[in-house]
Amino acid sequence: MRKNFNIVISGTGGQGLITLTIIIAEAALIEGYDVKTSELHGLSQRGGSVQTHIKFGDKVYSPLVSFGKADLIIGLEVSETLRNINFADSETNILANEYQLVYPGSLRAEEIVKRLKFLFKRRLHLIPASEICEKELGKEVVSGIYLLSYAAYKKLIPIKPSSFLEAILKIVPEKYLELNKQAFELAKK
Amino acid sequence: MKKILLGNEAIVQGALEAGVEFVSAYPGTPSSEIGDIFGKIAKEEGVYFEFSTNEKVALEAAIGASFSGLKCLVVMKNFGLNVASDALLPFCYTGTKGSTVIVVADDPSCHSSGQSEENSRVFAYLAHIPILEPSDAQEAKDFIKFGFEISEKFKIPVILRTTTRVAHQRMPVEIARSEKRKAKNLKGRFIKDVKKFVTMPPRVLEMKEELLKKIEKIREFAEKSTLNKLGKGQTSAKFGVIASGVSYLYVMEALKELKLDLPVLKLGFFYPLPEKKIKNFIQNLKKVLIVEELEPYLEKEVKILAKETNPDLAVFGKDFLPIIGELNSEKVISALVGITGKKYKNPKIISLDLSKRFPRLCPGCPYLSVFAILKKAAPKGTIFGGDIGCYMLAGFPPHNIQDYLLCMGSSVGIAHGIKKATNQKIIALIGDSTFFHAGIPALINTVFNKSNPLIIVMDNRITAMTGHQPHPGVGKTGMGEATKEIKIENIVRACGIENVEVIDPINIKKLETTISEFLNKKETSVIVARHMCAYWAKKIKK
Repeated sequence: MRKNFNIVISGTGGQGLITLTIIIAEAALIEGYDVKTSELHGLSQRGGSVQTHIKFGDKVYSPLVSFGKADLIIGLEVSETLRNINFADSETNILANEYQLVYPGSLRAEEIVKRLKFLFKRRLHLIPASEICEKELGKEVVSGIYLLSYAAYKKLIPIKPSSFLEAILKIVPEKYLELNKQAFELAKK
Repeated sequence: MKKILLGNEAIVQGALEAGVEFVSAYPGTPSSEIGDIFGKIAKEEGVYFEFSTNEKVALEAAIGASFSGLKCLVVMKNFGLNVASDALLPFCYTGTKGSTVIVVADDPSCHSSGQSEENSRVFAYLAHIPILEPSDAQEAKDFIKFGFEISEKFKIPVILRTTTRVAHQRMPVEIARSEKRKAKNLKGRFIKDVKKFVTMPPRVLEMKEELLKKIEKIREFAEKSTLNKLGKGQTSAKFGVIASGVSYLYVMEALKELKLDLPVLKLGFFYPLPEKKIKNFIQNLKKVLIVEELEPYLEKEVKILAKETNPDLAVFGKDFLPIIGELNSEKVISALVGITGKKYKNPKIISLDLSKRFPRLCPGCPYLSVFAILKKAAPKGTIFGGDIGCYMLAGFPPHNIQDYLLCMGSSVGIAHGIKKATNQKIIALIGDSTFFHAGIPALINTVFNKSNPLIIVMDNRITAMTGHQPHPGVGKTGMGEATKEIKIENIVRACGIENVEVIDPINIKKLETTISEFLNKKETSVIVARHMCAYWAKKIKK
């Protein structure tokens, strides 16, 4: 039996983590994997730190990724990326949105980036996804989809880009579909 | 066909496949999505759905429907069962007519629960009610259907107990081919049966006897049920594991990680326990580990059974696993390593201590304005009573105005007690939905027993914290039908309170002067601070 592939997504409430989680789960199912995810809902999520877990493979039991067992950490915000590096080991890839939502007591973005670079070196993929999406599409909110596409094309996730597109088609409401498809295509370049 | 479903979505699917007819709920994380979905689909599926005023009323509504022959589902979070328990116990005595399943969602680690880390399994002992514990979304769907079957067969309500990691877990779930539900005539009929529906003495003691007999019959049924299953595993080790709920998943992952091959008994029934099955399992073991979250109820049961069948058995549980907080596979690994002495290299973990990012009120939230005014208008030393809702965030920085917080409606009840015991000034905050849920009896008590707290009803026109469910003050039912809008200020006046003002908190000056004025009143006073939840206003505009 092969090892499961474990993903932790981190960010803040309202950044679209749950949609991203559902899309990845759906794409994993399309490729014939067993999959489980875990998320939290409710008041503590309102603008607070949020993380979701996704595991796929031949057979998945627990929906939770253990500390030091993530294959990929996707961070939609730099402070929250740094907060969740306890899920990383010496082979984990870190895909981080170079974007900060400051809060009382947060470190400066430069300081966070310095630490991430020091810890993960070439395994850190720091992408200004929010900036790119805002500039090209006028919408920062699809930065997660942009990062997902980047992960797929750079083979940071063992799922084909076409499966993610199929999942997006299935999950995203009609109204926002074009925007999401555009964000996904944008990262191909 | 397989579809990725959230645990709560799987519960809805299972209830529909079982042919549920009547659904009542009060929202509470992690159970809320169940009601939300029924609110949307009830009409097309030919189901009646309501958000009731509180969980006790929700259960009573279902009891009435069950007595009239309908198949019922009731949905609440753990604390809701405390509220509903007054009706739950006698309902187990009368039993059901239409089969009834009650979904109760626990929240180990209190991810979204302020008041306590409750383990609702204890209600099994209190009420003699069967409790089923699914471990994943597929089982959540299957167990709901089993629950209805048991209820139908034995004429007893059944609890399906979930936890956050089951309710908010997604996985591919097998869906029964979409047989379109036939549009049904939802009318039941109440057929008088005093012997069945009236729990007065001396009949009540006969009913208790009937209930206990029923439970023994269900135990026999549980002995044969596939809900309690024995996994394969090497028995030569003489070491086995018993697990229930989501803990089972952690056990299976831990065994895989440690490359251990042990027999595992998975219990789908928490109550009544299949005692013979457990005895058979432990009979030839030297050691057994019980993996369950929170209080060690199973562990105690197994210890008793071991005394009868295998007195030398070493029963491990909370000596290796925490009693507080949810479990995970790491915790189970460490317990297994501790017992077997197996070598395991823990992964190297980088840990950082970053300052916490607190949840906060949404931009434009009317509560922001109320908090700011409270700080300004209330004299130093004023006590602030908190209650259950988004306004609990008053307790976090930058607000820091919450001096006590217990349970639904308690800000008012406790304010009365403090007023009676001291000369201090006190302001109790309570939300609109919470006011209807449990605030009114406490409010009446301040008048009846002559105290004078200032109560501010934080009326944002919706049950905001749990995802915007309607309540009696909104003018819409859970199925979206127009209904009478009950005005909070009218209730307050009808309780005999004369100092009442309805103020939009954007009117800063008015709110400020009214707070100052009301704090000096000799009788109870109430301000209804009314302004729609900003998030909800945006949502309904779309």
